[in-house]
Amino acid sequence: MSSSIDCTIKTEHLAVGYSKFPIVGDISLNMHPGELLVLIGTNGSGKSTILKTMAGLLQPINGQLKILGSAPGSLPKRVAYLPQHPVSTHTLPLRVRDVVAMGRFAHLGLFNKPTTHDNKVVENSMRLTGIDSQANDPIRDLSGGQQQRTHLAQVLTRQAEVLLLDEPTAGLDVNGRKLVAELIASERARGVTVVMATHELQDAEQANTVMLLAQRVVSIGAPEVALRDEYLRECFGFTQPH
Amino acid sequence: MFIEPFTNNEFMRLSLAAGILVAITCAIAGTFVVLRGLAFIGDALSHGVLPGIATAMLLGVSGVIGAAVSSLVMMAGVSVVSRRFRLSGDTAIGLLFVGMLALGVMITSRSRSFVGDLSRILFGELLGVNTRDLILQLIALVIIGVVAFVARRPFLLLCVDEGLAKTSGFSSRLFHNLMLMIVAVTVIASFQTVGTLLVFGMLIAPAATGALFARRISTMIFIAALVGSVSSYVGLLVSYHFNLAAGASIVLTAVLIFAIAATYTEIRKAIADNGHNEHEHPHSHAGSHIK
Repeated sequence: MSSSIDCTIKTEHLAVGYSKFPIVGDISLNMHPGELLVLIGTNGSGKSTILKTMAGLLQPINGQLKILGSAPGSLPKRVAYLPQHPVSTHTLPLRVRDVVAMGRFAHLGLFNKPTTHDNKVVENSMRLTGIDSQANDPIRDLSGGQQQRTHLAQVLTRQAEVLLLDEPTAGLDVNGRKLVAELIASERARGVTVVMATHELQDAEQANTVMLLAQRVVSIGAPEVALRDEYLRECFGFTQPH
Repeated sequence: MFIEPFTNNEFMRLSLAAGILVAITCAIAGTFVVLRGLAFIGDALSHGVLPGIATAMLLGVSGVIGAAVSSLVMMAGVSVVSRRFRLSGDTAIGLLFVGMLALGVMITSRSRSFVGDLSRILFGELLGVNTRDLILQLIALVIIGVVAFVARRPFLLLCVDEGLAKTSGFSSRLFHNLMLMIVAVTVIASFQTVGTLLVFGMLIAPAATGALFARRISTMIFIAALVGSVSSYVGLLVSYHFNLAAGASIVLTAVLIFAIAATYTEIRKAIADNGHNEHEHPHSHAGSHIK
C-alpha cells in the first residue's frame, strides 16, 4: 500500500457545501499518480461542489483535504480545473489561441514573458483537442462543442499533475467524447491524477475509483463494486442493462 | 478653422493636451470597466466623489484630496454593505451612490456660489486647465498605465472568468480592488478637466467603441484612446466655434462616434450575413419555381 506522502489527493471525513451548509459529507479517499476518480450522480448530487472544493474555489466545511500535500488552491501551476460551464466574455471576441494561452498564466505569473516552450505547449494543446484549425477564430463564433474543446486545450496547457474536470464531455459529439477519453488516458499515462464529474456510467469504465453521489456518498470503490445494482437503484432509480 | 484655434490660443492648446491625457487615462480604466461590467460602480464613483470635493472647496483645500477621501469611503462602504448585510453589489452601490450624491449637494448648498460650484464639479473646467493640472493628469496616467500593464493577466482573467483567475493563482479580491482603484484614480484625476458627470462618459463611450472592433485588450485600449483623443479635438473645436460647453461637447462627440461605429458594424454584419445566405442557397428561388 502506498504511503500517504505518495497521495496526490487525500481526504479524511471531508464535508463540502456552500456557506457552511454541507451538501456531501464524510468523504475519505486517497488518490495516487496516474489514477482516475469518476464522480457520478444526478444534478445537485454534489459532484461539482467536490471539484470546486478541490480546486480551491470553495472552503471545505469539515474534515481534511490535501492536494499534492498542500491546501487546495495553493498550487495553481500543478492543478488545473475545468468548470462545468466555462465562461468566455462575449464583450471582447477573444481568439481561440488567446483563450488557450490563458492556461499558461499560472506559470507566467505577472512578469514572465511567454517563451518558445510556452507557445509550443499552447500549439500542441490545440492540436491535441483538434481545435488548431480554428486558432484565430473568435471563440464566441464557435459551436458549443468547439468551445468545450478550446477550454479542454486551455486546461492541458497548464501541464498539471492533477486535473479536475467537471463534465468534460458536455456538448461533445461521439468523436469528441472519444477524444476526451484518449486525452485522459494519455494524461494518466504520464502520471497525472484525474478527477472527473459525469452523468454517464460508461465514463466510469476506465476509472480506478468511482464515487456514486446523491447529496451523500452512496458508494465508493472500484467500478464493479461502486456501480452495483442496489447502489445505482438508490442513486438513479434504475440499474444498468446486463 | 481646424488648426487656428489651437495655434492662436494657449488655453486651447492646454485644453487639448488635457483632453488627450484624460482620453488615454479613461481608455485604460474604461476598457476594464466595460469588460468586467463595472459601469454602475464607475458611474457611482464618478458621482460619489462630490461630497469630498465640496467639503474640500469649503475648507479651502485641494479638491483632489477630497475626491480621494470620498472614493475610499465609497468603496469601503460598498464592500461593508454587500458583505455584512448579504445585499447584492448593485444594491450596495446604489445606496452609497444616492447617499454620497445627496450629501455632496447638501454640502455644496452651504456655499454662497452653490450653482457655480456644483456646475464646476459636475462639468469641469476644461478651458481653464493649467500646467499643474496637466502634470497631475500625467502622473495619474503613468500610475494607471503601470498598474494595468503589470496586472494585465489577472485583469484579463477577471474579465473572462473570476474562477479562472483564482485557480491560476491570482487573488481575485486583490485584483478586483486594484481595478476599482484604477477607476477611482481616473475619476479623481479627471474631474477637474471634464467634471465628475462627464468623466463617466469618457470612461464608457470610447471603450465601448473599442469593444466593437478589438479582439485583444491592448487593441481595445488603443482604439478607445484614439476615439477619446479625436473626441477631445472635435469637441473643443465645436465648443470654440459655437460657444458651447467644452466637456459636454467632447463627451457627446464620443457617444456619436460610438453610434456611427455601431451602425457601421451592424451594416457590415448584415451585408456579410446576406452574402453568406446567398452563397449557401444560390438556387433557392429557382427551387421554388420548379416546385
